[in-house]
Amino acid sequence: MILLVLIIILLIGGLAAWTVDRKDSAAARWISLAALALDALVLAAFWFDSSVRSEINRGAWLVELSRPWIPQLGISFHLAMDGLSLVLVALTLFLGIISVVCSWTEIRERVGFFHLNLLWILAGILGVFLSLDLFLFYFFWELMLVPMYFLINVWGHENRVYASLKFFIFTQAGGLLMLLSILALYFFHGKETGTYTFDYTLLLGTKLPPLAAFWIMLGFLIAFIVKLPVVPFHPWLPDAHTEAPTAGSVILAGLLLKTGAYGLLRFVLPLFPDAVASISQTMLILSVIGIIYGAVLAFGQSDLKRLVAYTSISHMGFVLLGIFAGSRTALSGAVMQIVAHGVSTGALFIIVGMIQERIHTRDMGQMGGFWSAVPRLSGIALVFALASLGLPGFGNFVAEFMVLLGSYGMHPAITIFAASGLVLSAIYSLWIVQQVFHGEKKEGLRLTDLTMRETVMMAAMIIVIFWIGMFPRPLLSTAGPALLSPGHGQVQEQPVGTAGGENEQH
Amino acid sequence: MNYLFLIPVLPFAGFIILALIGRRLTKSSVAFVGAGSVGLSMLVAVITAIGFLTTPPADHAVTNTLWTWMQFDGYAPSISFVLDPLSLIMVLVITIVGFLIHLYSTEFMSDDEGYSRFFAYMNLFVGSMLTLVLADNLVLLYLGWEGVGLCSYLLIGFWYKDPVNGRAARKAFIVTRIGDTAMAIGLFLLFTNLGTLNIQELMQAAHVKWPIGSDTAVLAAALLLGGALGKSAQLPLQVWLPDAMAGPTPVSALIHAATMVTAGVYLIARTHVLFELAPAVQTAVAVIGALTLLIAGFSALVQRDIKRVLAYSTISQIGYMFLALGVGAWSAAMFHFMTHAFFKALLFLGAGVVILAQHEEHDMFKMGGLRKKLPATFWTFLIGSASLSALPIVTAGFYSKDLILWQAWSSPSGGALLCAGGLLGAFITSIYTFRMVFVTFFGESKMEVSHRPGSRMIMPLMILAVFSIVGGFVEMPDTLGNVALFSNFLQPVFPVQAVQHAGIGTELLFQIIASLVSLSGIFVAYLLYFRSPRTAEKLALSSVGAKIERFWFSGWGFDWLYEKLFINPFLWIAKINKHDFIDSGYAAIASLNREVHAVLSKTQTGKIRWYAMGIVIGAVVFLGIIVMLQ
Repeated sequence: MILLVLIIILLIGGLAAWTVDRKDSAAARWISLAALALDALVLAAFWFDSSVRSEINRGAWLVELSRPWIPQLGISFHLAMDGLSLVLVALTLFLGIISVVCSWTEIRERVGFFHLNLLWILAGILGVFLSLDLFLFYFFWELMLVPMYFLINVWGHENRVYASLKFFIFTQAGGLLMLLSILALYFFHGKETGTYTFDYTLLLGTKLPPLAAFWIMLGFLIAFIVKLPVVPFHPWLPDAHTEAPTAGSVILAGLLLKTGAYGLLRFVLPLFPDAVASISQTMLILSVIGIIYGAVLAFGQSDLKRLVAYTSISHMGFVLLGIFAGSRTALSGAVMQIVAHGVSTGALFIIVGMIQERIHTRDMGQMGGFWSAVPRLSGIALVFALASLGLPGFGNFVAEFMVLLGSYGMHPAITIFAASGLVLSAIYSLWIVQQVFHGEKKEGLRLTDLTMRETVMMAAMIIVIFWIGMFPRPLLSTAGPALLSPGHGQVQEQPVGTAGGENEQH
Repeated sequence: MNYLFLIPVLPFAGFIILALIGRRLTKSSVAFVGAGSVGLSMLVAVITAIGFLTTPPADHAVTNTLWTWMQFDGYAPSISFVLDPLSLIMVLVITIVGFLIHLYSTEFMSDDEGYSRFFAYMNLFVGSMLTLVLADNLVLLYLGWEGVGLCSYLLIGFWYKDPVNGRAARKAFIVTRIGDTAMAIGLFLLFTNLGTLNIQELMQAAHVKWPIGSDTAVLAAALLLGGALGKSAQLPLQVWLPDAMAGPTPVSALIHAATMVTAGVYLIARTHVLFELAPAVQTAVAVIGALTLLIAGFSALVQRDIKRVLAYSTISQIGYMFLALGVGAWSAAMFHFMTHAFFKALLFLGAGVVILAQHEEHDMFKMGGLRKKLPATFWTFLIGSASLSALPIVTAGFYSKDLILWQAWSSPSGGALLCAGGLLGAFITSIYTFRMVFVTFFGESKMEVSHRPGSRMIMPLMILAVFSIVGGFVEMPDTLGNVALFSNFLQPVFPVQAVQHAGIGTELLFQIIASLVSLSGIFVAYLLYFRSPRTAEKLALSSVGAKIERFWFSGWGFDWLYEKLFINPFLWIAKINKHDFIDSGYAAIASLNREVHAVLSKTQTGKIRWYAMGIVIGAVVFLGIIVMLQ
């Protein structure tokens, strides 16, 4: 039941925030925050349950809920959570809370409707991370899309209509291909076994003719790599991120992109192992192109938010590399990157938002010398710029190091090119620091340093990014066993040396 | 249970305190926390060292594991420190020199508005540097390695309001990161082939698994060398160090002379087993060292900025250490690292006093005659210069440099050419060092002294001056007392150097030659910059002389080359692709749609006749097609 509760709390919270808005818009924020906090409590209580932790180590489904929904068509309401989805749900709730807090003063119009959209996006994302029925998965996939469209379209910046439409068309086109693939898989499986079902656990191991497997896989793949995004399917991202309100950017970068990665991990790899093998070389090359291309594009930008948006493309290249490298270490690294990038890039978007709220521009040409005026904001921004360039000590380093280390054994040449991302990320990250925070302060800029609310929020993010950088093991050991047996049907053929190591702890 | 972890953790604690509440503390509390944390760390280090020397631990190493860090397939790197003779020497130098420089900084930086920020960064640096040398695995070493690079960046750009400083800082970080990335790839390669990143296990496994000269060993050593070249500012990644002088002078003393820039030397010494398996790379180390020491030496000859002279000198002296590593003289390299840390820190701190006393002027030729006005600074600076010039018998620099030159000659992998390069470098070193001394401290006074150093600045100078002399007496050649405390102490870490002993007579002759080279360099400097300064000016003004001077002054044109080869193309690509040409592909699809829409909507005229006509034409065409197909 806990899985349904997590989603329902957010759906109801959103409706409640919307209704109270007519009387008191502040109450809408509080309701939204309370709903997320409640969710987080429920999840924490679940995570720290000792019986759950031993289940995590087995890599099993920790909790499952399955009810017939449209039995005539083989559609069921099937939710389940393993270590991987647990980590992603935790990330969703953390960034959800951060999104509410960072919008506290930024969003002043239609506050209730804003929080309705926000919470429904999050509910959709939770659904995506928890669904084990492909029809249900598709349902949630669309559920998170529509409110996000509104979020950009209503509360976005200057060019919001164009950006929201572009976002919608790109993801919708990808989603359509996925729907076709889901249906094809459904019919192939039905024809073969006689049971027509959308249930993931039953569909696993469907025998497909190689050609069909390839095309069906391609439909899923394109939907997910548009979302991730992978060059050349990325052009929706900079516009959507730049024009969205801060909370929208945080959720886009921190969570929506990650649904693409999750889709690859949960569906593409386990459902089509053979077809994936035929395409993995292409994906690896695309990942390297993304790492380099995104970083070079980022450096060229003068709009600070657009710059941060392009860095996501570069960072997501590491996720793609980790997923298709075919090594367990790299796979764990990809999950680390999902979490670390969610926090660090989310924080950078919040910093841009805070700057824009103060000086009403995102143009770096009009910034400079912030360090002397707003030391606290600047110090925090420096921390996340460093996290973004993969400085050891932060989660991003653990992620990129594991991805590259794991990939090297399989694909040395690809890895060497990907490693150039370490230099390129330093170039754009330090460029931000120089243009915005160092240098002489521009005349007439009026800045106020962070408020208590902002400081606490950023402190929480710093603690998380540092914690997963120095103590990544709880995270790795939560998601790791589930990665070892994606779908919990077949175990990957990787050598397993990961279970031990516990004895070294003091 | 041991307290090894306290050595790096104490400075980190100082950093955290200063970063969180530094701005609200008074200057004296900041100084107390900043210098105190490093002082405490030094105390722990000294106590540990005494324990280490009196009761040597089994296997000559103490390990202190805190927690398991990451999880790779088959190996989990830990946050774990290990102290052996090599790291002990590094730790002592870092904490002692580090503490003295912190003490000096409490006065040097006292008028700066970023006082607490300065000490926060400095503490972070010391903590990272100690992590680097104490790490028991290469991942943790890499953490320290990047950490010191970060602090170097932050402190070069400490006076952030001037974009020139910011540029120098970025240059330092990015150039070293290129090396770091090579090193990271080296780590991947080592792990892939040997299945661990623990340094001890790695070296053993490499020794067992790889024959001498195997391709993998050569590649791995070359990649690690890449990291070392960047960090230690050796050819071809040396370009960042001269510009790094934009930072406050104590930073130059600590980071860009005494400690961080020698991290590359430490890395190679630490992984010497690997380099011994890759003779080609080891030879490259020696050749790079010899070339760098000459190129940087010539550049130092013509600089006017006192700190840039010292910066090029640092590059050059690290070149000596690389030369030593390259010929397998491991402990000689570490010995020179130690003496260099003492005398170069001393020289930088002395230069800091001079700069402060001369209204922030860096140009030596606008100074002069400071001998009388800053006597204590003068005498200590002179001692440092003597040590840098390897003045025979009395200075530490003599013993360490002599050892390197001798082994460059006598080692099986050494040779006449390497040794001659070293000797030529020694000659140049003496000239540029005493050029600096004569121009700055002798001659007529050109400026009033605006600031006289207090005791917190003078005391570190005095102590370092003492070290710059007695630091050499721990290792003396056969011909002079035959002391081998230093190399004996390092015995458990390094293999015995096979020396083609050419006999005491040859060694003595060699030392006399080296001494004469050093002395004659000083004499040339005396002639050119004290007796008749006109000669030097004339030389520099002649058409060939001016060209050479410009070439050397600019650091042999490397900056120019890199700008043309790498920076400008990168900027060009970033600029032309600002709007992402892939996006314009999609935009083309969108506008094509719009065009088609525009054309088709023109057919909607609302006139019945046109529609009827359309239907008729359509019917005719389709009927025609059907008829044709049948």
